[in-house]
Amino acid sequence: MLKFNQISKNFGGLQVLSDVNFSVPEGGIFGLIGPNGAGKTTVFNLATGLLRASSGSIEFNGQDLGDIPPHRITELGIARTFQNIRIFKEMSLLENVVVGMHDHLDYGFTGLLFNLPSFRKIEMVARERALELLSWVKLDHKAAMLADSLSYGEQRRLEFARALATKPKLLLLDEPVAGMNPAEKSELMVEILNIKQRGFSVFLIEHDMRFVMGLCDRVAVLNFGRIIAEGPPDEIRNNPEVIEAYLGKEEDE
Amino acid sequence: MLEQQLINALSLGSVYALFALGFTLIFGVLGVINLAHGAIFMLGSYSALLLVEKLALPLWLALLVAMLVAGTIGLVVDYLILRPLRARNVSHLIPMIATIGVAIMLTNLAQGLFGAENKRFPVGTIPEQSFNWGHLHLTELQIGIVGISVVLMVILLIVMRRTQLGRALRAIAESPRAAYLLGINVEGLFYLTSFAAAALGGAAGVLVGLSFNAISPFMGQPMLHKGIAVIILGGMGDIRGAMIGGLFLGFAEVLTVAYISSDFRDAVAFGLLFLILLVKPSGMFGKVLERKA
Amino acid sequence: MLEWWEGFWATYSAVVYGIGVNAMLALSIYVTLSCGLLSLANAAFMGIGAYAAAMISMQSGLPFPLALTAGAILPALVALIIGIPTLRLSGVYLAMATLGFGEVVRVIVLNMEVTGGPMGLNGIPLKTEFWHIALLLALTLYILGRIRRSKIGRAFEAIKADEVAARLMGVNVPAYKLFAFVLGAAIAGVAGGLNAHYTFTIGPNNYAFENAVDILTMAVFGGVSNLIGPTIGGTILTLLPEMLRYLKEFRLAINGLILIIVVLYLPNGIWDPRRIHAFWQRRKARKGH
Repeated sequence: MLKFNQISKNFGGLQVLSDVNFSVPEGGIFGLIGPNGAGKTTVFNLATGLLRASSGSIEFNGQDLGDIPPHRITELGIARTFQNIRIFKEMSLLENVVVGMHDHLDYGFTGLLFNLPSFRKIEMVARERALELLSWVKLDHKAAMLADSLSYGEQRRLEFARALATKPKLLLLDEPVAGMNPAEKSELMVEILNIKQRGFSVFLIEHDMRFVMGLCDRVAVLNFGRIIAEGPPDEIRNNPEVIEAYLGKEEDE
Repeated sequence: MLEQQLINALSLGSVYALFALGFTLIFGVLGVINLAHGAIFMLGSYSALLLVEKLALPLWLALLVAMLVAGTIGLVVDYLILRPLRARNVSHLIPMIATIGVAIMLTNLAQGLFGAENKRFPVGTIPEQSFNWGHLHLTELQIGIVGISVVLMVILLIVMRRTQLGRALRAIAESPRAAYLLGINVEGLFYLTSFAAAALGGAAGVLVGLSFNAISPFMGQPMLHKGIAVIILGGMGDIRGAMIGGLFLGFAEVLTVAYISSDFRDAVAFGLLFLILLVKPSGMFGKVLERKA
Repeated sequence: MLEWWEGFWATYSAVVYGIGVNAMLALSIYVTLSCGLLSLANAAFMGIGAYAAAMISMQSGLPFPLALTAGAILPALVALIIGIPTLRLSGVYLAMATLGFGEVVRVIVLNMEVTGGPMGLNGIPLKTEFWHIALLLALTLYILGRIRRSKIGRAFEAIKADEVAARLMGVNVPAYKLFAFVLGAAIAGVAGGLNAHYTFTIGPNNYAFENAVDILTMAVFGGVSNLIGPTIGGTILTLLPEMLRYLKEFRLAINGLILIIVVLYLPNGIWDPRRIHAFWQRRKARKGH
């Protein structure tokens, strides 16, 4: 579904990614792990069009993402959440999620100007869907509250619902459980599995090993900008290079 | 003829540079566009005028005292208005809007106190001497202006590059939080920078006042606009940029007036501003556009 | 009774008109602020609209509505042209660029013979009537209100809150910013056209930096959380100088002081729904005890 072909990225003199090749299959949960600084968020930034690769190409469902601007990549079906949560703080939860539906609200200027029935209907449907998505992450009871008033874990869940609102085919989750307590993590794990059942594909970055191994169908490992392994969790768990990459880090610290 | 124009340009450019330096210092270290800098420039000019008129101070002393007065005003503005805003986590635009308010107040108050007409220095204040060097005509005033500007700029450069203080200021420019964690007295240095930048602005005011022998409450406005053009041209927060940008603008203006038309003098600055914003918004010595916390 | 009214109107009609015009101007800058953009060019756009409408009225026999339409379209076109490159710039740079643009307009207009040079235009036909202003203000409020309640309004809010996140939610950020900028310019232009046709003369110095600051002050003072704020801000700051006539000299200083006070103590302006709501909540709580 999402294919990275020989992707390299450098910033000035710093080589962040070298010859990265991997493929995120459709309909599953794909994980990207690796020590801090390995370049994982850069991978997401490249996939969503916030950055351009220095060389190589990225394909989504066969289409080269090349120079496509971020908002069009979202239209194509890639949605994403952020490591440092980027919700719209001064808007309500419901409004946050409805923004995600921006592209799918098909009314024209006349519709909104004259409050035509078509406009009203689309808005109403949008709000209902937003409420539904909030219920998936168990935040529907807070729909009218300001996003700023949520706890950290709740904000993460809001971001998740908002990303779902864009009707993505592929959902990119950047450290979705960072800062959550074990109970919240289990809940989110269940929610992501539900998402997979509903037909979304998931591509996530995480540090929490148990989370990744328990959830993902396939895992790729990034170290110093290179993919050092890719395969099912069990293989990765026992891969000597991977163990070295992580243990090596621990020894230095 | 061209050489003569170049002399004029040098004189004009160095004052522009001096003004822009204060402006860019505040942006670099405090992260604020201080649109009251023009008003402070104007008050520096009036201060020198009053000191010479009422207290019959010699010009060099009036300049120094005017710089102190301007510096103090800058410090007060920072303490009363910018400091409370620092505590809150607001967007960059908010302090700027506040400084617009300050500029307007100061200008209007000056108008109320001193009247709207142009004032001149008392006869005999301004050095009249001039020299002829080949076919070049240099006035003592021009030499003085360039000289003083250069001295002030050199002092600033030395402080920034060669002293502990300068290093601390550059650290703050990079990241105030990191500087704070390194034990630097960030707040104190904010005050110092506000003072110094305003003093430089005041100095520029005195020099321009002498140069054109016309002091009015509204002289800060056009200067401010040119200052904006200069710092964007040179790169906001960059000292070399302010100096080179100022000189560049001086040359561009003088040459435009000489060879095209004097009507377009003020438009030159904006023309350059637009050009740079379209081509390379970060300016000649462009640094990072967004500052880290 | 009628005599009193006619006397009142003769003296104060300009003030009443001024309220309407200033409310529209405050709304014009509100549009851009609601998107996170600070544009100091709206006085210039007002000027372009004023000159365009006035010149049409003076030099051709075309009816008033047509002149006003030109007063809306011409600034909008200019905004479109300069908006495309400059809206790429972020916050502070954009403010500087729009400030510079405003000054360029003033300097150029000052120098053009066709626009009357420094003396400006004299003898503009007095065509504006109360209902023109009331109608156009109501129309502006209606349009902006509908926009606010739609995906466009939400997109603006999202862009203001977090541009990058908005982009990734599928919002075409550059297009929406441009829309806000152009719309603000059109509104300011119409206000300018209306204003020109009751002030009889206009000149380049009516549309200078101080005027742009006036407009900003009205919006910031009133509050930019919703449409009521700028309208109130425009109204109060039009009436205030009239009521404080004896302080006329220091009118500008008071403007400046207002800006400072609002920024420091009333960051969301005087019409801040949230603060008002919280105030009432506290009163209710106290009454309950």
